[in-house]
Amino acid sequence: METVLITLFLPLLGSLLILFFKRDNVKAIKYSALGFSVLTFIVSLFLFFSFDSANPDFQFRFEAIWISQFDIGFRVGIDGMSLLLLMLTAFLSPITVLSSFGAIQKREKEYYVMILLLEFAMIGVFISLDLFLFYVFWEIILIPMYFIIGIWGGKERIYAAVKFFIFTVVGSLFMLVAIVWLGYYVGSTILHSPAGFTSDLILIRNTLFESAIPLDIEKWIFLAFALSFCIKVPVFPLHSWLPDAHTEAPTPGSVILAGVLLKMGTYGLLRFNVELFPASSIEYSTLMSWLAVIGIIYGALMAMVQTDFKRLVAYSSVSHLGFVVLGIFSFTAEGIQGGIIQMVNHGLSTGMLFMCVGVLYERRHTRQISEYGGIARVMPNFAVFFAIAMLASVGLPGLNGFVGEYLTLLGAFRSPILDSYVFTIVAAIGVIFAAVYLLWMFQRVMFGAVENPSNHTLKDLSKREWLSFVPIVVFIVWIGIYPRTFLNISEQSTRALVNKVHQVKFKNQPLPFPDTPILKGEE
Amino acid sequence: MTQDTILLLSAAIALLPLLGFAFLIFFGKRLGRASGFIGTAILGISLLLSILVAFSKISNFADIQLIQAKFNWIDLGNNFFIRVGIGIDNIAAIMLIVVTLISFLVHLFSLEYMADDKKFTRYYAYLGLFSFSMLGIVLANNFLFMFVFWELVGISSYLLIGFWYEKDSAANAGKKAFLVNRIGDLGFLIGIMIMFFTYGTFMYDEIFSDISSGILPFDSGSMLTAAGILIFCGAIGKSAQFPLHVWLPDAMEGPTPVSALIHAATMVAAGVYLVARVFPMLTANALLTIAYFGAITAFIAATIAITQVDFKKVLAYSTVSQLGYMVMGLGVGAFSSGFMHLVTHAWFKAALFLASGSVIHAMHLSMSKLNDHHSDPQNINNMGGLRKKMPITYVTFLIATIAIAGVPLTSGFLSKDGILAGTLAYANLTGNWLIPLMGFAAAGMTAFYMFRLTIIAFHGEPKTEIASNTKETNKYILIPLIVLATLSIWIFYSPNPIDASNGWFHKAVPQPHTSVSETYQWDFLIHNETTIEAGTSTHTSQHYGTAFEEEIHSQHYIAMALSLLIAGLGIFFAFCVYQFKILNADNLANQFRKLYKGSYSKWYFDEIYQATFINGSVGLAKVLAFFDNKIIDGIVNLSSLITRGFSYFIGHFDNIVIDGFVNLIANITGFFGAAVRKVQTGSVQTYIVLAIIGMFLLFYVII
Repeated sequence: METVLITLFLPLLGSLLILFFKRDNVKAIKYSALGFSVLTFIVSLFLFFSFDSANPDFQFRFEAIWISQFDIGFRVGIDGMSLLLLMLTAFLSPITVLSSFGAIQKREKEYYVMILLLEFAMIGVFISLDLFLFYVFWEIILIPMYFIIGIWGGKERIYAAVKFFIFTVVGSLFMLVAIVWLGYYVGSTILHSPAGFTSDLILIRNTLFESAIPLDIEKWIFLAFALSFCIKVPVFPLHSWLPDAHTEAPTPGSVILAGVLLKMGTYGLLRFNVELFPASSIEYSTLMSWLAVIGIIYGALMAMVQTDFKRLVAYSSVSHLGFVVLGIFSFTAEGIQGGIIQMVNHGLSTGMLFMCVGVLYERRHTRQISEYGGIARVMPNFAVFFAIAMLASVGLPGLNGFVGEYLTLLGAFRSPILDSYVFTIVAAIGVIFAAVYLLWMFQRVMFGAVENPSNHTLKDLSKREWLSFVPIVVFIVWIGIYPRTFLNISEQSTRALVNKVHQVKFKNQPLPFPDTPILKGEE
Repeated sequence: MTQDTILLLSAAIALLPLLGFAFLIFFGKRLGRASGFIGTAILGISLLLSILVAFSKISNFADIQLIQAKFNWIDLGNNFFIRVGIGIDNIAAIMLIVVTLISFLVHLFSLEYMADDKKFTRYYAYLGLFSFSMLGIVLANNFLFMFVFWELVGISSYLLIGFWYEKDSAANAGKKAFLVNRIGDLGFLIGIMIMFFTYGTFMYDEIFSDISSGILPFDSGSMLTAAGILIFCGAIGKSAQFPLHVWLPDAMEGPTPVSALIHAATMVAAGVYLVARVFPMLTANALLTIAYFGAITAFIAATIAITQVDFKKVLAYSTVSQLGYMVMGLGVGAFSSGFMHLVTHAWFKAALFLASGSVIHAMHLSMSKLNDHHSDPQNINNMGGLRKKMPITYVTFLIATIAIAGVPLTSGFLSKDGILAGTLAYANLTGNWLIPLMGFAAAGMTAFYMFRLTIIAFHGEPKTEIASNTKETNKYILIPLIVLATLSIWIFYSPNPIDASNGWFHKAVPQPHTSVSETYQWDFLIHNETTIEAGTSTHTSQHYGTAFEEEIHSQHYIAMALSLLIAGLGIFFAFCVYQFKILNADNLANQFRKLYKGSYSKWYFDEIYQATFINGSVGLAKVLAFFDNKIIDGIVNLSSLITRGFSYFIGHFDNIVIDGFVNLIANITGFFGAAVRKVQTGSVQTYIVLAIIGMFLLFYVII
């Protein structure tokens, strides 16, 4: 059977299996959830190693007819961009499950069913090659996430869950309209197919590339997709659901939310907006880039004044994902590659930051920064991991954040389509702010004397916590030192995408400056 | 030794400390005190290798300017790749020795100084990390590596300044250092991007040769100037130049050996090293800007150092001032002397700091013997008379003081004199007289405050009981002091004690050829093709590579006379005030009250920054937080409120109107039903009678 299908359905299988477990057999539930997520990761490694990175097109494709009257199919496949995000999902899921062992103390059975269901849907989102299927997975995600926040969350969990749900649903309804319109337009107006409708992504992509939708209509379809994805990212000013959801969700929920769910937004922008509507993407690139850099600065400034630990990290996400959006809309190879690697980075480092918050929260049950101080003294091992996560977020060279941020900045700087240096400069100022709020937070939590008596007795990391931190650190350092392993994977897909956008923008005229700068020795 | 061996060894020199770092981080706890010896031994090996590499490069490969290796780091296909690599030229070779020797001595010194610290192993791990990063800066042959290691030294500095993070002041200082540096790095980053954007490479040599073949960023010379200044911004941060110098004095919160290594001798000199590295691409205007920044820094920092009472703060401001000197030297084009000052300063400033560490250590020990936990062991007014208590520390400190003051027969004299001659020559050629003016003034002040420090701390009678109970420290501390003090003697740089230009140092570190065309460069900095050959031939000193070198030569004796006079005045004045008390220090302070207060308060830089930038951005953030909470969330919540209100209304509408309507219909139907019900009696007879009547009626109607 297809490996890609195993990867997809293993978590679902696990989820269904757990349904039959006895409620009080918590141990069995926990470990089978862990087992299934680890197994999924192992299977996904087969995908990783058998992936041909020289091929820019989709691989491991699988197609089955689903609703034949409308040419809706179960179509999946993987290219470089989706592989990295799929791997991120498969990698973070077991870690999330592991960190749930401590964080989740009630209704374990339902919880692990939800988590595995979530993993299933997330993988589905990243491998769908069918608009309708994509939409289905996209919506499935809402359900477990809604419950995870709403049941296992903090004090304001209901408000946060509802807010999260409504924001996302509003966005996805626009997307649904756009999908339906697009399916009909391509199916009947262009292809005159007997079904009169299609949701085959590759078919739509290729058709649109041959005969694009008139720009004044395409714009609206672009915007409908963009709205949905921008809410998910979230792009300023649509971020308002994020701090609440992040803060109220239980630790593993925040890890998944920050680690994977937000990436669905940026992935969607890349996969649908840029790939299907290059002309509109160019049209709106300035707007999107402005929103991205505003988000970078705005998120950073907001993070600076938070007194709640988790809210601070949540706002830092707004800032960090601004870099991704900026990279994508620079339409340069380094910008988009930087954006993709930054998605992975953010998943790792922000995920890890949330886990660090979780470690403290489990011990002290408070998220107020002012409750801490001097923790480095009490928990020296924890301090090391926390410092690594913090520095990775700051963008310290040698760790992963630097590679992503630097490539996106470079891309935005060289972009012939943005054609302005303002974005890069403003975004680079954001890098300073990132250091401000993160170092300040770190100092307030970890440094100084231990003043709060309840902090004196905190236990350092347990074995389980070690186990959940170490793998992340390995990748944080790996990407930081040798990013080629990962950049290679998405290189060809990115390259193809960039060429396509440039063809649309510059038609047959020569590029305003060559795609590659003049390199010594190759002149 | 082949070129490849040299490169391999250089890589090993840098990687060994990293290995030490990793080893100590993972296994340090079990090793305890042994970790210090391991760290020291590793640096010892690096030091030996550095000496080997440097000698071999400078003597055997003198004719090969740069030995380098490049490899791909990121490859995005279609000829877009980012290459990195390492390279060794003479200045890198010399820097290798500077960094490894001082690092080794500091490792040694710390064996005693940090012996009782709980985080002893962590400390040695951090020192290893720092040494690795600093050596990375030295070996980088491209902007990207430079930037990477630039940030890494920043983080090791952050960790070491905040090493005693239980103290808020230490944690604050670490953060401040990192953030202020980041501000400078912003410019640096943008400068690098302009370079990459234009030349498609980060490699220095490729960029320089492109510049000399006439490729300019955005086809404009002023953009090249801008790029140069932006890159220099990095140096402003790291080398604590005005106006970003504020972090360095605070950085003294770190352990004193760290101050010696990082915040006096090596890391802070990285900015100067950067300027030296990119010297060929700097235009006349960029150099002018750099020279002014350096001169202002040298001057301002010296004015602050005069009044400080904290032993280490005086040295810190003196470091800032001397760094300004180096930058000024490079800016005016006195390349060899500027770089030489980096090296000589590294030795004597490390000596000064380590000696201060020795004093502070002795004061600490004495305080704990006296059960005193409140006095300030670093306040020079608590010292006095240490000369007799700690003779070796005193002598080494004195030698270093003489060197920094620029007295003949010391290394400091050679390099400082070269820089001052350079500023005079520059002023003569360009008319920028303010630069030598500030330079000479700073030289006088330096001599004054250094002797002030020496006299107050070491001469006279002990001012407190603590001082009278101090004892000379042990060998781990004294050996580094002696080595460093020895290196402050002229003979290591040039046989002639008053002129360095014939010494090996100037020969090994000649003025690099500028890549900038004469349109954007001072014509006196451009090498004259015919004289180059004469310059490389071994003996004659009558031929100069550039017109500037010739000018320096003719200004040399004037500069020397002036600087001797001014330094002598400074020293004399210091003796008058503090040794012989001919002039009363307090009266002087009262007389120049405002100046004294300004200087004592460091000209209020911190306060100004606090009021503007820090409060400004926190204020902005608070306003935005209000916006986020009230406006954006407000809109969301309002719309939810409206929706709920509307649903409530609809709910009532539904209950009253719609349901009412439905009920009304039901009622009407019911009413009719009730009316008709009477007819439905249920008896068959009645139905039949009614049916018959109905039939008749129908018939009647139809017919």
